[in-house]
Amino acid sequence: MPLRSFAFWLGLLLCALALPTAASLRDDINRLGDVSNDTRGEVLQDILASDHPGVEALFDAYGRGALYLDRRNGTVVQGERKGARYELRDPLTGDELGVAGRRDVRRLRVDNNLREELDTLLALRQLGTGDPDARVAAIRAVVAAPTSGSAAALQARIAQEADLTVREELEVAIGVLALAGEDIDVIRRSLPLLAGRTDIITRGALATLSQRADVPKELKRQAQKLMTRAEEKLRWLARIEALFFGLSLGSVLLLSAIGLAITFGVMGVINMAHGELIMLGAYTTWVLQQVLPGSPGLALVLAIPAAFLVSGLVGLVIERSVIRFLYGRPLETLLATFGVSLVLQQAVRSIFSPLNRSVVTPSWLSGSWELLPGLALTYNRLAILVFSLAVFAALLALMRYTRLGLQVRAVSQNRAMARALGVRSHRVDALTFALGSGVAGVAGVALSQLTNVGPNLGQSYIIDSFLVVVFGGVGNLWGTLVAAFSLGVFSKLLEPATGAVLAKILVLLGLILFLQSRPQGLFPRRGRDGGT
Amino acid sequence: MRSRSTLRILVSRIAALAITALAFLTSSTMAQTGEPIRVGVLHSVSGTMAISETTLKDTVLMLVEQQNARGGLLGRPLEAVVVDPASDWPLFAEKARELLVRDQVDVVFGCWTSVSRKSVLPVFEELDGLLFYPVQYEGEESSKNVFYTGAAPNQQAIPAVDYLMAQGIERWVLAGTDYVYPRTTNKILQAYLASKGVAEDDIFVSYTPFGHSDWQSIVAEIKRFGGTGRATAVVSTVNGDANVPFYKELANQGVNASDIPVVAFSVGEEELSGIDTAPLVGHLAAWNYFMSVESDANYDFIDAWLAYIGDEDRVTNDPMEAHYIGFNMWAKAVEKAGTTAAPAVQDAIIGVSVPNLSGGMATMLPNHHISKPVLIGEILDDGQFQVVFETPEPIEGDAWSDYLPGSRDLQADWTAPRHCGNYHTVEQRCLAGDTD
Repeated sequence: MPLRSFAFWLGLLLCALALPTAASLRDDINRLGDVSNDTRGEVLQDILASDHPGVEALFDAYGRGALYLDRRNGTVVQGERKGARYELRDPLTGDELGVAGRRDVRRLRVDNNLREELDTLLALRQLGTGDPDARVAAIRAVVAAPTSGSAAALQARIAQEADLTVREELEVAIGVLALAGEDIDVIRRSLPLLAGRTDIITRGALATLSQRADVPKELKRQAQKLMTRAEEKLRWLARIEALFFGLSLGSVLLLSAIGLAITFGVMGVINMAHGELIMLGAYTTWVLQQVLPGSPGLALVLAIPAAFLVSGLVGLVIERSVIRFLYGRPLETLLATFGVSLVLQQAVRSIFSPLNRSVVTPSWLSGSWELLPGLALTYNRLAILVFSLAVFAALLALMRYTRLGLQVRAVSQNRAMARALGVRSHRVDALTFALGSGVAGVAGVALSQLTNVGPNLGQSYIIDSFLVVVFGGVGNLWGTLVAAFSLGVFSKLLEPATGAVLAKILVLLGLILFLQSRPQGLFPRRGRDGGT
Repeated sequence: MRSRSTLRILVSRIAALAITALAFLTSSTMAQTGEPIRVGVLHSVSGTMAISETTLKDTVLMLVEQQNARGGLLGRPLEAVVVDPASDWPLFAEKARELLVRDQVDVVFGCWTSVSRKSVLPVFEELDGLLFYPVQYEGEESSKNVFYTGAAPNQQAIPAVDYLMAQGIERWVLAGTDYVYPRTTNKILQAYLASKGVAEDDIFVSYTPFGHSDWQSIVAEIKRFGGTGRATAVVSTVNGDANVPFYKELANQGVNASDIPVVAFSVGEEELSGIDTAPLVGHLAAWNYFMSVESDANYDFIDAWLAYIGDEDRVTNDPMEAHYIGFNMWAKAVEKAGTTAAPAVQDAIIGVSVPNLSGGMATMLPNHHISKPVLIGEILDDGQFQVVFETPEPIEGDAWSDYLPGSRDLQADWTAPRHCGNYHTVEQRCLAGDTD
C-alpha cells in the first residue's frame, strides 16, 4: 500500500513537470481532428517540434489511416478495427482506451499528399540517425517531395556526414534540388554531379530544367545530353531486365509443369486435375499461415513439405480411386480427371469460400535487389527461380539415384519386362502419381507468392503446363527444363514489342508450327518403345 | 487466437453446407399466407464468378428478408427463387428462361459480367421480364427490360480521370484486360483525354489476357513511361483477379502510389479482403459507394449485413449498394403501380427516388440508368478506402457515351411518347424497331 501511494505521488509529480509541453502536444494532436489542409502543415510542424519520443509512431499511425476522432469526447486516438468494433489506444503512449462502435469514431482523412508530407517530415528528422542505408532512404524521401526547408537541412547535414556513399547521395540530392532553383551558377556547378544517374527524380529534374525559359541554352543542352546518356544506359539495362523477366517466367512454367512432367511425361496419364493439386499446395500455405500467425516466413518454409504431403496424398487417392481403372484409355482419363478437377474446385469453394485468400508475403521476399542503379531484380522472383532449379535438381536426383526412380524408369520403359523382373508395377504407379502430385503442391507454395490464392488458381496454369511438357518432349525432365525457360524468355522478349496478348498468340502459333514438324517435342524419350 | 477461429469457421462451413441442403428441402414445403411475390436471383454461386456473385445473391436474400419483416409488398410476402448459372454464359440464358417461365418470377436481380447480361438480354426482352443489373459496365446499351443500377462510364471512369488531372497528372497509362468493358472504356477515355488536350504520345494503352499473372515487363514499361519526370498515373480496367499480381509487381519493383498512382474500376472491398494490402496503400479506386462512407444509412446497412451473414469480418461493396438501391426502387414502383406486372412497373419506376447509402438520393432515369454520386477512394492498410473526393451533385448515368462517334447522337428514353433505347437525335428516329 505505501509503495503504491508513493508511485502515485511520483507519477503525479512527473505529470505536473511534463504538463506544459504534454498538454499543448495533446491539444495539437486533437487539433488534427478538424484541421484544414492549409493549417495542417503547421500543426504537424508543432507536433514534430515537441520532440516527444512517440511522434514517429504517431505519424506512422496517421499515414496508415489508423488515427480516429473519438466523437464522444473530441479527442484524437489510435484505433484498430476488429470486426465491427474499434480498439482504441493513446496515440503517443499506446495505452489502451477501451473499445468503440462504428458510429463513435471517424477516421482522420489521409491521402497520398499527406502521406508524402509525413514521410518528408520524418525523413528530415532521420537524416542523421540510423545506419547508412536508412540515411540514404531518408535523403531520397526528402528529395522526392521537397519542402522549403529541405535544401537547407541537406546542406546542414553534409558537413557532419562521415559515410562516403551517404555523402555522395547528399551531394547529388542537393544538386537535384538546386536544378529547380534560380541561381544559374549553382545549376552549372550541380549538373556534372548528376552524370550517370538514372533514377526518376534526377531525370525529372533534368527534364524540367531543359524546358525552362530562364536558363542559358548551353546548360539546357548539357541537361539534355545527360538525359540521353541516362536513357541509353536504361535501354541496355532494359534488355538485361527482359532476360531476367524471361527466366523468371520460365521458372514459374517449370515449377507448374514439372509435376506434370512426371505424371503425364513418365506415366502417360493426362491429368487435368494437375492445376487443382497446385491450388491445394497454395491453400496449404494459407492454412499454415493461419495456424502460425505472426510468422508468415516460417509458415511458408513449413508449407513446402506440408504441401508436398497434402497434394501427394490427394494424388494418391485420385490414382487409387479413379486413374488406376483407366490406364491405357487416355480419353476416359482426360474426362475423369477433368471431373476430379471440378470436384476439387467446388470443394475448396464450399470449405474455404469462393473468395480469394490472402497469403502474406514475408518481408524477406518483398522488394527488390538493386544490382545496378536502374536494374533491380525482385526478391520473390529471384527466390522462385532458385527454388524451381532446386526442385528440378532434387527430382532429377530422385529419378536417377533412388530405387523408386529406377523402378519408375523401368516401368515407364517396358512395363511387362519390369513386372517380369519382380517390380510391383501398380505400387510404382501409385507412388509415381503421388510424387508428381506432391511436386505440384510444392509449386503451389511458390505460386502463392505471385498470384491469387483462390479456387481458380489451378486453371490458369494447367494449359501452360501441358504446353511445356509437350514442347519439351514427353517423358524427359531435361526437355521440360529447356522448354520452360525457352518459352519464358521467348515470350518476354516478344512482349515489349507486341503487347502481352499478341505475344501469347505468337508463342502458341510458334508451338503449333514446331509440333507440326516435330510432334515428339524437343527431346524425345529414347528407348525401345520411345515415342509411342 | 485467430487461427483457432478460422479453423472453427472452416468446420462450421462444412456443417453449414449440410444444413443449407436440409433447409432447402424444408423451405419449399413451408406454407405461405397469400400468393407470394417471387423475386428471382440469377447470380453464380459456383464457377469462376462465384467469387464476386455469391455476395450479391446473399444481399438480395437479405433485402427480401428485410422487406418481409416490414410486411412484404402489397400485403403479399416475398419469396426468393435462387438459381445457379455457374459462371457459364449460355447457362445464364437458360436459367433466366427457367426463372421467367417455370418459376413465374416477378423480377430478377442478377448477372455480373457484360457477357452474361448480353446472354440473358434476348430472353428478358422476349418474355418481357424485369432485370436489375448491379455492376459497373461499359454503357452503350439500354433495354426496356433492364435497369442498370451500376455505374455507366461517365459515373466512374471520367470523374476519376478528372480527379487525377486536378492532381497534376499529365501522362496516362490505360491498362486493361482484353475484353469488351476495358476496350470500350479505354476508347471513351482516349477520346476524353484528347478533348482535354492530352497529346497522343502521353497516352500508353496496354491490354493483357484474362487472368494475366506475369506483370514484370508491363510494370517495367510503365516505369519507363512514367520516368520522364512528368506526373504519370495508371487507369486500370484490369479485371478482378489479375489485379493482385499487378499490384504486387508494382510494389516489388518499387513503384508506389506517390510515384505512379493506379486508379482501378474493379477493385473494391471484397477483392481487397483476399489480398495482402500493404503494397497497395495509396492506390485509388473510383466507385459510387465505399464501406467507409460515413452516413447513418450506411451504418444501418452494414450492421444488418454483418448480422445477416453472421461474420463480423465481412465487408460491403459497391454492387451491393446497387442492389440495395435497385431493390428499393423496384419495391417503391410496385407499390406505386399497385401490381407487379412488368409493363406497369416499367412505367411506374421512372422518376422513383430512393435513398442511397452515401447520404443522398438516387433516381431512376428515363434511360433506365440511375443518378448517383461518384467517390474516389484511396486504399488503406486495413482493406478499406479513404474517400478523398466526392462529386458535389449526383451524376446521371449516360447510356450512350458522348465521347464515342457512333453513340454521341443516341439517346435512350423509355417514357412516352418515345419508348426507345437508341433514339437518334439527328435523324430523329428510333434505330431499333421496338417502339410499340
